[in-house]
Amino acid sequence: MSKKTDVIEREEVVVRFAGDSGDGMQLTGTLFSDTSAFIGNDLSTFPDYPSEIRAPQGTIGGVSGFQVHFGHKQVNTPGDYADVLVAMNPAALKANLKLIKSGGTIIVDQDSFTEKNFRKAGYQTDDPIKEDQLEGYNIIKAPISTLTKETLKDEGLDPKSILRSKNMFALGMVYWLFDRPLKYTEQFFERKFKKKPKVIDANKKVLEAGYNYAETVELLTPTYRVSPAPIEKGIYRNIDGNKATAWGFIAASEKSGLQLFCGSYPITPASEILQELSTRRDFGVKTFQAEDEIAGICTAIGASFAGSLGVTTTSGPGLALKSEALGLAVMAELPLVVVDVQRGGPSTGLPTKPEQSDLLQALYGRNGESPVVVIAASTPSNCFYYAFTAAKIALEHMVPVVLMTDGFLANGSEPWRIPKMADYPDIHPPFVPQGEKDWMPYARDPEKLSRTWAVPGQPGYEHRIGGLEKDELKGSVSHDPQNHERMVYLREEKVNRVVQDVPDLKVEGEPSGEILLVGWGGTYGHLRTALDELQKEGHSVGLAHFNYIRPLPANTHQVLNQFNRIVVCELNRGQFIDYLAMQHPHHTYLKYNKVQGQPFTTVEITEHVKKLLEA
Amino acid sequence: MANNNDQSTKLTAKDFKSDQEVRWCPGCGDHAIMNAIQRALPQMNIPREKFAFISGIGCSSRFPYYMNTYGFHGIHGRASAIASGTKSANPDLSVWQITGDGDSMAIGGNHLIHTVRRNVDLNIVIFNNEIYGLTKGQYSPTSKYGAVTKTSPYGTIENPFHPGELVIGAQGKFFARSVDLNMKLNQEIFLEAQKHKGTSVVEILQNCVIYNDKAHAVIADKKHREDRQLVLRHGEPMIFGKNRDKGIVLEGLRLKVVEIGKDGYTEDDILVHDAKTKDPGIHLMLANMQYPEFPVAVGIIRSVEADTYEHKLEEQIDQVREQSEYQSVDDLLQSGNTWEVK
Ligand SMILES: Cc1ncc(C[n+]2csc(CCOP(=O)(O)OP(=O)(O)O)c2C)c(N)n1
Ligand code: SF4
Ligand SMILES: [Mg+2]
Repeated sequence: MSKKTDVIEREEVVVRFAGDSGDGMQLTGTLFSDTSAFIGNDLSTFPDYPSEIRAPQGTIGGVSGFQVHFGHKQVNTPGDYADVLVAMNPAALKANLKLIKSGGTIIVDQDSFTEKNFRKAGYQTDDPIKEDQLEGYNIIKAPISTLTKETLKDEGLDPKSILRSKNMFALGMVYWLFDRPLKYTEQFFERKFKKKPKVIDANKKVLEAGYNYAETVELLTPTYRVSPAPIEKGIYRNIDGNKATAWGFIAASEKSGLQLFCGSYPITPASEILQELSTRRDFGVKTFQAEDEIAGICTAIGASFAGSLGVTTTSGPGLALKSEALGLAVMAELPLVVVDVQRGGPSTGLPTKPEQSDLLQALYGRNGESPVVVIAASTPSNCFYYAFTAAKIALEHMVPVVLMTDGFLANGSEPWRIPKMADYPDIHPPFVPQGEKDWMPYARDPEKLSRTWAVPGQPGYEHRIGGLEKDELKGSVSHDPQNHERMVYLREEKVNRVVQDVPDLKVEGEPSGEILLVGWGGTYGHLRTALDELQKEGHSVGLAHFNYIRPLPANTHQVLNQFNRIVVCELNRGQFIDYLAMQHPHHTYLKYNKVQGQPFTTVEITEHVKKLLEA
Repeated sequence: MANNNDQSTKLTAKDFKSDQEVRWCPGCGDHAIMNAIQRALPQMNIPREKFAFISGIGCSSRFPYYMNTYGFHGIHGRASAIASGTKSANPDLSVWQITGDGDSMAIGGNHLIHTVRRNVDLNIVIFNNEIYGLTKGQYSPTSKYGAVTKTSPYGTIENPFHPGELVIGAQGKFFARSVDLNMKLNQEIFLEAQKHKGTSVVEILQNCVIYNDKAHAVIADKKHREDRQLVLRHGEPMIFGKNRDKGIVLEGLRLKVVEIGKDGYTEDDILVHDAKTKDPGIHLMLANMQYPEFPVAVGIIRSVEADTYEHKLEEQIDQVREQSEYQSVDDLLQSGNTWEVK
């Protein structure tokens, strides 16, 4: 489009868009990410928004942010600190100060720099730059609101709609800054507003105006270029964790030939799974928005009883409500997947913020000896694989599975090399073939210890199940003490034997040495990036990241044995470390924890490890 | 529901009894209710494997164990939800929910009203003994005001729920009531409940001999029942009494008991029962009639046609499927914005 002076090649860049929660920052960030993906960058995103839909305008509490990290190399995290911050008002500036790299670029909407907004944001003076000592930063004050109004003055739109498109002006500026084409975003307008040509036009005009403005005022030099990343060949798309989870279940439905039934109650940050599945009636998906989480899981159990793939999705508080019914599924030995998209707790906690503090609830949060399989996804896109796998394990082993993700994975997105379903295995639930003689509901497969499955409608196999203790074979009610103990053992051993399906734990980085970083679930990206940086600096460090929590991979002990010190990093007070130490006591564990409702930063981890190495 | 017309598989009540020993107390009303259900089922022409009995927790909820059908003894209060899942997953089944007054209206009250509101095609039988039987005698949400129980030694200070009022208030389309020992009427009601498409709620006034004996005796007692129960039948006048000389009329906006041939009332003044009218007004009044001012209404009080949840769900799936551009998960994964890395 234009010739640029002073173009700087960069390996990777982090941009953060921030504004009022009504300013459309999530969309702006998503559009920027999509364009970056289309031109071949690898990337990772992280939306960071308040739990109120419209917190008081102009205040810090109401600031909504979207961070995208894109690169010419592999990108595993949304980035610790932003190279560029777009702040649509003073509150957005103030809220994000700590997240900008020192000397970074800050684009602000000058029109929002009013006395009223300064006070709302909590500035004492009318000069935030001075007050926050930002003189060393590259500050670009652009009259974004005024120029947006100016651009659209003849479009016949109402003033509110006009101002609403100011985020597109800012986006245009950032596109220029990173030398990105506008066409993907323009195509988005055309799709999104198919029936409103006026709106398409207005958005395009504002986007272009922003781009041209950035080009005209030389304030924006130097500009950056981030070349495409050398990534594996294939067809790619962007995907976030919740959508990937929903699609993983649909894939399991296809591969098992079973109808997918999802009974759920909306809760942040899990609702999008239910929403996506509700859209997928075209795959025969039955969704049931229940009156509460208890009904959510109970309808799913009822559907499992009827022979469907029963799934329920929730977050921490909802998992608490589901615990009694999850115990029923343990007892009834029906397949069931419970998704826990973790958020900050306890109680309502931090609904929109990620944390890993539900692990012990998932493992043990039920009455009685009530073992379930627990697995965890570790990137937004591998939520697909682990949702599929959770369903496969549940169906083939006749066991409830809890799949853990978190708000970071659920809302974060990344490019995903689209798999072919031909490369995924079929799923074989242990249905009783018709005509079996002397069938007994609780007779077990000798290998897996799973019982066989007869579903209502199958003649000749009428039987009763339920929450009372079962006779070991017949499944009828039994109060026999020895039988109870055997059943407790069998249910536990059945979960243990899932280990046959669990791949060996991989060590990344050094296969043995001084320090093994250990993580589980959504922290993979940060741990992996930290590992890369530590290795680059020549440190003897490995990383073992767990996706299978219960049962743990068979080679866990061997892996742990190869290192002198094991540092378990978690976004909680140390739940996995306790569990791991219980299962594998003969190792020296150190913990590294953060409970701020925020992901780790790579720097935090590398600094911590370096300190340990020096000591 | 596929009918089973094959005579060779003609079932009898015995075919519906499981090999489990029935553990209810001798004289418990639950025995009679089960007998009526076991006699009604063979008359429905549905193959045995298509019945699923689903319950919560309570004496009454042990029911599925005694039935030689598919059965699921769930957890306390949640049977409506489990049954809703089963029926929605497979609409071809005849799904029965067996529940107590505590199970359905205390811990499970929320699930009950939402199930009724959605109109899932379940047959819900509430064993109303106005007490918590299994936990040995605490008051329930249907215990009469002032009832003395283990947890209300000085009498309850709570107003009871009337199941009919609750169900109709939740937009219920089918509500019937009967008394445990009324074998003939009960079979009739169960047959109609099964035929009715949508949530059918049947309240059976059940005697708990141990913890709330004779709670319903005032109206169930053989000596008085004709005078104290009004048997409702669609299209028939609301006449009752040993001598069939009493009836219900509508006076102003209220129901009233009159004697036929007295005060100028003739048979023509007596209301004719219309169970099928959509307007719940009279149904609600009938369901709420209480002794001694009124006889207690038994029989099918309300039976109104409406589309069911699971049917609408399947219909929507068919419609969306027809218009879908996706044949497989591969198509879905490739949908929207994709790009190729070469
Ligand atoms: C979660 C839970 N809370 C409490 C109980 C104890 N409990 C079992 S049955 C019951 C009440 C049963 O009363 P009702 O539903 O009227 O059935 P009935 O025994 O009278 O037939 C209670 C409180 C339980 N099993 N589970
Ligand atoms: S306690 Fe009451 S309700 Fe329970 S079985 Fe005995 S008589 Fe029946
Ligand atoms: Mg009771």
